[in-house]
Amino acid sequence: MSAHSTVIGVSSKRGVWGGGNEPLKASYGKLMMWFFLLSDIFTFAAFLITYVATRVTYPAYEGPATEFVGSNEYWPVPELVFEALPFLHGVHAPLIFVGIMTFILIASSVTMVLAVEAGHRNDRNDVVKWMLWTLLGGITFLSCQAWEWNHFIHGTESGTVLTYINSLSQNVTETVYGANLVVNEYGPASFAQLFFFITGFHGFHVTIGVFLLFLCFYQAAVGVYDKRGHYEMVEKIGLYWHFVDLVWVFVFTLFYLI
Amino acid sequence: MEIQENKSTLIVETRDEQKIKKIWKTAFILLAITVVEFIMAFTMDRGIILYFLFIALTVWKAKYIMMEFMHLGDEVKPLFYSIIVPLIFLVWLVIALVKEGSDIFLMRW
Repeated sequence: MSAHSTVIGVSSKRGVWGGGNEPLKASYGKLMMWFFLLSDIFTFAAFLITYVATRVTYPAYEGPATEFVGSNEYWPVPELVFEALPFLHGVHAPLIFVGIMTFILIASSVTMVLAVEAGHRNDRNDVVKWMLWTLLGGITFLSCQAWEWNHFIHGTESGTVLTYINSLSQNVTETVYGANLVVNEYGPASFAQLFFFITGFHGFHVTIGVFLLFLCFYQAAVGVYDKRGHYEMVEKIGLYWHFVDLVWVFVFTLFYLI
Repeated sequence: MEIQENKSTLIVETRDEQKIKKIWKTAFILLAITVVEFIMAFTMDRGIILYFLFIALTVWKAKYIMMEFMHLGDEVKPLFYSIIVPLIFLVWLVIALVKEGSDIFLMRW
């Protein structure tokens, strides 16, 4: 190195224009993740508010919950639509399964935040351990959702007699089993459409999250982050994973409780 | 070769039990709110009061997730507000679309 070479980053007079500083005291990656999540909040909010807006265009079911039958004349009571459990055929267990799913996702969010905490301490063993638990939680949640969809699509044994306009624009009256985008045995067509669209879009986010979690788990395990000198990737993927949990909290309330 | 490369130069810090305790406490609060929502779903009559309580509890849960799990509260104020303030637009969207929906309801039924 010659004696005349400039040493970058020593002069305090260079100020903010000299580069090398972090706006908002967050790294580039973290900042961009936050703004991506903000835009994703708007996307999901638009979907969920559309659900609410569509819902209020239909009357609510008035009669006693025990005598509920599906109809495209009124919006269904969700706890009577989502009342099945895997391996327990015919058991009436309203909301139990979706409660388990919510529990799994919150639990995986907790293990994720523990992984982030371990990352701050540069503790590779703890990061790997908690990432693995988070990954397992994510995969379990996806499997549950696959079962939930499967059950929703195939429907109950008795079905519901509905009068509706089918895909060939004919007015038909027949027994409908399960759900598709044209008709469903539970309620108005838009109920199943919004269910597929919103939980599907959330499930898609979870799927991407599982890929990212695996990537992060693998890189942590082989020591990529040790070589890099920091565990910020765990933090960034953690932000995304918590966001997925955040959205599910709202999906849970709007689809299954209200 | 591979093993040598993996050798860490980072110093592993010891666990801060206080922090970990706080994480578990937040997890417990989230779980407790969900259980309360569950109980309410089966014991209370459906109606505007119940729906309002559900949404209030949901926003409360969202606050815990964002502040404690995503550490938004620990970021500098400008970043915090640049995430929170744009969400005000959603308030307008809720009011506009629910009004629209109720009007369609009146026309249709």
